[in-house]
Amino acid sequence: MTTVTTDVAAPDTRRAGRYVYIAAVVLLCAWVLVPLYFLLINTLSSPETVNSFPKPFIPEFDLGSLGFFAGFAGILSALKNSILVAGLTMIMSILIGAPAGYALSRFDFRGKEAFRLLILLTRAFPLPLLALPLAVMFIRTGLDDTVFGLSLVHTTLAIPFAVLITFSLFSGIPLELEEAAWTLGCTRLTAFTKVVLPLILPGITASAIFAFVISWNEVFAAAVLTIENRTLTAFLLQNLDTSPLHLKFAGGFILVVPALIFIFAVRKYLFAMWGIANR
Amino acid sequence: MNARVLPYVLILPVTAFLCLFFLYPFVLVAKQAFSTGDGFTLDNFRQVVGYWKFPISLQNTLLLAAAVVPVQLALALLMATMVNKMQRGRDLVLYVWTIPLGISDLAAGIIWLAIFEQSGFLNSMLSGLGVVDRPVNFLSYQHPGVVFLAIALAEIWRATAIMLVILVAGIGLIPKEYYEAAEVFGASPWKRFTRITLPLLRPSLQTALVLRVILAFEVFAVVLALGGTLFPVLMSETYAYQFDLLDSGAAAAMALIILAISIGFTLIILRALRVPKGATI
Repeated sequence: MTTVTTDVAAPDTRRAGRYVYIAAVVLLCAWVLVPLYFLLINTLSSPETVNSFPKPFIPEFDLGSLGFFAGFAGILSALKNSILVAGLTMIMSILIGAPAGYALSRFDFRGKEAFRLLILLTRAFPLPLLALPLAVMFIRTGLDDTVFGLSLVHTTLAIPFAVLITFSLFSGIPLELEEAAWTLGCTRLTAFTKVVLPLILPGITASAIFAFVISWNEVFAAAVLTIENRTLTAFLLQNLDTSPLHLKFAGGFILVVPALIFIFAVRKYLFAMWGIANR
Repeated sequence: MNARVLPYVLILPVTAFLCLFFLYPFVLVAKQAFSTGDGFTLDNFRQVVGYWKFPISLQNTLLLAAAVVPVQLALALLMATMVNKMQRGRDLVLYVWTIPLGISDLAAGIIWLAIFEQSGFLNSMLSGLGVVDRPVNFLSYQHPGVVFLAIALAEIWRATAIMLVILVAGIGLIPKEYYEAAEVFGASPWKRFTRITLPLLRPSLQTALVLRVILAFEVFAVVLALGGTLFPVLMSETYAYQFDLLDSGAAAAMALIILAISIGFTLIILRALRVPKGATI
């Protein structure tokens, strides 16, 4: 008897469960997207509208706020600094990190575990705090308030990820491919450049982009280490209490846009990167 | 070059770099914190701990972490299991859910400022619904609860994605056969979740929690964007020592305190979620 009633009820509950499930997915998507939409409205409204009340819920497509942002003293050079620092971080973290990733995936050597521990250790520390002692060190070496000095600190932030991600990428390429190249007359170096590198390049690009985003978004070290040559995040943070609302929102928007594009570009690698980096 | 030397040559740049910019600064910060010019002293620590704002900022930081991290863990687990059985639109949904991963804490603070500020969208909605007559200045000292809520929401909004990514990757590693077997024996979805997903997800949960909790103690720009000086946290106090008071010894002491708390919690999480030896997938 009971089996009969459950058989009748099952399709109904299943359908109801399906609706709840879809509703939850849509709701969670809205939870992410709606705040971003609000920022978009504020960015694409004139400064007067941004400071008025009540707010419209549709953007009026006025470029006044963005124009004000572009014309604000110091913003454009801060934007340039942000791009330079992030670019340098990207290059340095890959150039320094990728060889170590290759070594971890291809060789067994004494001290490998200690080395892995050092890499993992960096993730268990609040790294931006390092900017405090480095500020003193940089003044002594003349690196204070320079794009290069800040990018060194950001490289420290990005390097553990670069090592672990390239480690997982190299591990995905069978050693047999390299060995085949060696038997066909390649040296270790040419086998790497002709066989491994082309296969790995998209993944390397993804992890480089990841390093760029880490640097682009970093606030604390940037604010501590730069005074004249502020990055965009440091500039916005410094002027939080004095700058008008429309400047804040336009600045926030400019901070968000590259992040949106980059996450879209690396979305395929995001999970593979993290899956193996966990190990 | 032979295969005995090559790996060491390859890891040399990273090791040198991390020694110079990771280990050495720690020595420097410890030296700065434990000295005021002449020899070893605890004066810096006495000074920062004795300051009236210290208990408040410590309490705020811990409260915020306690409010935010469990919600994020539950949310990330829910999202990860939902995505796991999704057939259509999985890539799109995952992209949308991971968008906040690329957004800085400062930008997240500014985004939620657009909602909570006096002429913001929350006030616009409330007045549209007739709940309030005049826009309320939510982010002021009269509404400490709302300030806390705004900061907590911004943190949950921004940093759930990092846990989600780690958990989705972790769930992907669990063999499907376990679920099929459980289904054959009539285990309910909830049973399958608690008996298969959760135990096998332990390494990922460990990583996600460690990373997230450390980030929670570093909370800084979100707080500054939304609460300003209304809601002091450890990191903003450190920044104030370094910049407003130009006292790098005190800032270094604060840094070491944050570090100690982070390491303490990391050890607790690693211990609580430790994976028994040999019990891997």
